[in-house]
Amino acid sequence: MRRGQAWAWVVFGLGALYFLLPLIATFIFSLSIRKSGYTFDAYANVLADPRFQSTLGYSLFIGLCTIVVGILIVVPAAYYVRLRAPKLRPIIEFITLLPLIIPAIVLVFGYIRLYNSSSLLPLTSSFVGTGILLTFAYVALGLPYMYRAVDTGLRTIDVQTLTEAANILGANQMTILARVIFPNIIVAVLSGAFLTLAIVIGEFTIASLLNQPAFGVYMQNVGANRAFEPAALAVISFIITWGAMGMIQLLSRFAPKTARKD
Amino acid sequence: MTTVHPTAEPSAGPVQTGPVVLRGRGRNFLAGIRLGDLLAVAPFVLFAVMFLLLPMSYLVMQAFQAPDGSFTLDNLANLGTPKTIDSFLISIRVSGTSALLGALFGLLIALAIIRGKLPEGIRSTVMTFSGVASNFAGIPLAFAFLATLGRLGLLTIILKTVFGFDLYRAGFNLLSFWGLTLTYLYFQIPLMVLIIAPAIDGLKREWSEAASTLGATKWQFWRYVGLPVLWPNLLGTLSLLFANAFGAIATAYALTGSTLNIVPVLLYAQIQGDVLGNRGLGAALALGMVIITALANVIYLVVRTRAERWLK
Repeated sequence: MRRGQAWAWVVFGLGALYFLLPLIATFIFSLSIRKSGYTFDAYANVLADPRFQSTLGYSLFIGLCTIVVGILIVVPAAYYVRLRAPKLRPIIEFITLLPLIIPAIVLVFGYIRLYNSSSLLPLTSSFVGTGILLTFAYVALGLPYMYRAVDTGLRTIDVQTLTEAANILGANQMTILARVIFPNIIVAVLSGAFLTLAIVIGEFTIASLLNQPAFGVYMQNVGANRAFEPAALAVISFIITWGAMGMIQLLSRFAPKTARKD
Repeated sequence: MTTVHPTAEPSAGPVQTGPVVLRGRGRNFLAGIRLGDLLAVAPFVLFAVMFLLLPMSYLVMQAFQAPDGSFTLDNLANLGTPKTIDSFLISIRVSGTSALLGALFGLLIALAIIRGKLPEGIRSTVMTFSGVASNFAGIPLAFAFLATLGRLGLLTIILKTVFGFDLYRAGFNLLSFWGLTLTYLYFQIPLMVLIIAPAIDGLKREWSEAASTLGATKWQFWRYVGLPVLWPNLLGTLSLLFANAFGAIATAYALTGSTLNIVPVLLYAQIQGDVLGNRGLGAALALGMVIITALANVIYLVVRTRAERWLK
């Protein structure tokens, strides 16, 4: 058993080295903008850049829209499938996995071809239209995770009994979904939401090809023109990602433990 | 996936006798559909059609269309230029290598934190970190590796000034095949850890106890029990990692610009120059990418359903 421990320590140590070294190096690098000594000047430059604020704000806004639209699309469908049509489940699951099969760049390429300014639905011809397109693209990116999260949430509650009880009390389907089911799976939904946010906030490919003033595009731009600011941006991004994932961890403590005896 | 459902088991108590509104409708479910049901799935279906199925079918169609709209295989044939073939080969090599190494190291780390008897807390820390790192991709990841191992990166400089070892003179280059692979591993390994950990948990302690009671060595346990049970999962995750790397572009684009000609970067350039015409070629390129990631994912899906049998 001792030997087992030793190899585990070695693996863990090497892994920690590989994963922590770039983080530490990036952080130190981001502090080295002056010839001598360490300063937070690179961060000050980044934070003071009006484009940093506006692009991050825009990406956050699109991220929030993505989450809202994602919830509206996924929750009713997942609820319906679980309650009424378990047979449709494999089909729905397959569709939710499609974004893993179709690379983001191919997806946005399809959008550009299908919704360009000379098409039936010329979404790309206005700023708002393109923003909507971007939102739906992000909903697609987050779909596998959002669906998985919601489905897991639904598994921990007794959908059938809750629905029947609400039915008997005279609630219609909208009320059941919004006021009975949704509050019960809110923790699961939120963890899907934060995961979506983590994926979307620094996304580059789709935003860049749709010409949107998003955070990822801004970061790429800074990377092409500056030396130390990109490192600062990497640290900031890492903190944002960590924050989103930390929220999921935090939320999971409030998640109801499986109600049903599985 | 759909085989065993807790709902299928009769729950104890009076639930059975409740208003059975919903059961027994499965056979003829068209008759059971109500307006509310339709409204519930309508957004999902509409979204799937408009933003997943239609754009994809449209691209596939265009891949087989000549500029005048007639059917042609020319676009696909045009993929046969050395430059395009090269880029597919580089992409497959980067994705394959990063998937293989990612799976290997990910498996080792998962085994270490689950079966290595490490102190409490390490496992949950590693799992949380994996969640973060697997999502820490794209542009910032490229920045981090540039700051670490780029020509002026901190580690490169330290190795040179303190240890007198010049990485770049020794043949390393971050903007190369191995540089990109090394960078991709930063999200591949954590993804592997996240996916394979539940499978390793599924290896019941009783199995290794039974094996050792029967006189099996540790090696024999892994060779005849552990690996065969994990095998479908490993293979499946491998294909997922492959597709994951194959579609990635942001990291490579920020890291190498267009010096390393992987397929997504080629397609990116093609889309930006789309106005210049040759609509078919871009579509064919996209089709080629989807076929490769689809193949990889089909392996994953098929294998996963088989793997889940053991994880009950």
